[in-house]
Amino acid sequence: MGNVFANDLPALQVVVPLLSAPLCLVLARWPRLVWALCTAVTWAALAIAVSLLKSVLADGPISYAMGGWAAPWGIEYRIDVVNAYVALIVTGIASVVLPYAYTSAALYIRDDRIPLFYALMMLCFTGLLGMTVTGDAFNVFVFLEISSLSMYGLISLGQDRRALTAAFQYLVMGTIGGTFVLIGIGFLYVVTGTLNMADLAARLPEVTQLRTLHTAFAFLVVGIGLKLAMFPLHLWLPNAYAYAPSPATVFIAATATKVAVYILLRFVFTVIGPEIAYQDLPFGEIAMVLAVLGLLTGSFVAIFQRNIKRMLAYSSVAQIGYILLGISLATVMGLEASLLHLFNHALMKGALFMAMGCFFYRIRSSRIEDLAGIGRRMPWTFAAFVIGGLSLIGVPLTVGFVSKWYLVLASLQEGYWALAVLILVGSLLAVIYVWRVVEAAWFATPSARAAEAREAPLAMLIPMWILVLANLYFGINTDLTVGVAELAAGTLMRGLP
Amino acid sequence: MTFLNLYNYEIAIFLAMVGFYVVVSRGNLVKKVAGLSMFQTSVFILYISMGVVTGGTVPIIVEAGAIYSNPLPHVLILTAIVVGVATTAVALSLIIRIKEAYGTVEEDEIHEQDESF
Repeated sequence: MGNVFANDLPALQVVVPLLSAPLCLVLARWPRLVWALCTAVTWAALAIAVSLLKSVLADGPISYAMGGWAAPWGIEYRIDVVNAYVALIVTGIASVVLPYAYTSAALYIRDDRIPLFYALMMLCFTGLLGMTVTGDAFNVFVFLEISSLSMYGLISLGQDRRALTAAFQYLVMGTIGGTFVLIGIGFLYVVTGTLNMADLAARLPEVTQLRTLHTAFAFLVVGIGLKLAMFPLHLWLPNAYAYAPSPATVFIAATATKVAVYILLRFVFTVIGPEIAYQDLPFGEIAMVLAVLGLLTGSFVAIFQRNIKRMLAYSSVAQIGYILLGISLATVMGLEASLLHLFNHALMKGALFMAMGCFFYRIRSSRIEDLAGIGRRMPWTFAAFVIGGLSLIGVPLTVGFVSKWYLVLASLQEGYWALAVLILVGSLLAVIYVWRVVEAAWFATPSARAAEAREAPLAMLIPMWILVLANLYFGINTDLTVGVAELAAGTLMRGLP
Repeated sequence: MTFLNLYNYEIAIFLAMVGFYVVVSRGNLVKKVAGLSMFQTSVFILYISMGVVTGGTVPIIVEAGAIYSNPLPHVLILTAIVVGVATTAVALSLIIRIKEAYGTVEEDEIHEQDESF
């Protein structure tokens, strides 16, 4: 990196992917070069995220004045443990998805349009990173829309024509969500006259127009809730995940909802403050009810899906329920569990959707009847799916166990025995829907499509196995994830760092 | 008289609700996009209304001491307008692709062809 750019790392985290998007179009005549460039960019972004996390852990939060304009007036990029951790998740997933996309994207997109696909990926990546590192409320909206607009494009590229209607449906719901966030930020601006998050947090306690503030909070929660697929607002998610091209599904499923959760945490804990959210307003109670409903219905509906990508999408709705459940407890332990599950869910869903992408690459179908007997034809992919599935269930030695363990502990700490039982019920439902696939893929007689299948190409297997091994590694060695999540939860609960 | 003094806010709320209703109630995808656009536009009016300072002029450099309206919401809304235009453009291009794939832009007719909506 050198020392020249060392002070500009927060800006480079966003600027490097942003600049690579138009470069994709300039270099469009050389698709391989475009791919190599994008891969290099995601790795560079990962390196930046790692070094930011290191310096945040060592020296405390970093404040970066964009363009040299001082904080409350100019746009501030503010990095503390929480968003350095989320940036690590996003860049980490992106840097395995891009190598995977090289083979996988060719299946969905005509050769001459491949550079456009990468440009969309990079824009989506930029938007998600921008939302993560920015310390300015309006900037969040802008990056939210950058990531959303590119996501609509990515989803519509799927082979099935239902990808188009799924993208349109997401566009309508996503735009309503984005506009709600805009209204919420507008109300915050009306009562404080500032858009900087730290400045907002400092001025909001003096605000006397509580009704405006409460309205702002309601708009923000519903708007962000649409983006993170909070239970009754999740309707866009199953089709979007099911029909998008595999590399896009992996990337979106593993990162987009995570960043939305981060934005929710940021607004609830840092900007508005837990006193207003949990004491003046019943955010905790509402989130808890929706989380439980989400995790039960999501898991239950997943059992009946014939399309396995769609099944995993419903399981994502359930996993978001777990994450929200931790947030609704409003304790350091609960937040820690949520932040852990943010990381762990990205790993397991990334691995599972990659495995589905490998199956789809060989048999051109994600339906359970076509997957029959595929396990014996594609053992490596099948093994990856099984380990991802075990992690989803929460079997010890996988990451899924770690976060569920902390979530159960957090519930018991608050004396919610029923919640702990419901978490276990959710895991049992996960056993059923994962087992359905394993049973069909390993024990059933091969379908016509499966009988002809070969093992997936190495270029797809390697990125997938990196994620699978990460599932096991972070399930055994929890120092990094638990340590950072604990610090981040503490930071959030204290309000401003 | 407060009701009349706040007329721009009332217009914004009215437009938002009309837009929202169109999105929810209409089955034609193009009409949905029109409603969505209206919903977004209402927020622009809300923001512009926030920036108004009673008795203030336009925010340009005039003699010292002049009262001027807050220009920041205007700048924010320029960005939001760009977002709105981009959203409409993406939505309309998706509708063109949907029309090619299904031969219709009516939600219920698409629904009949497959169970995706």
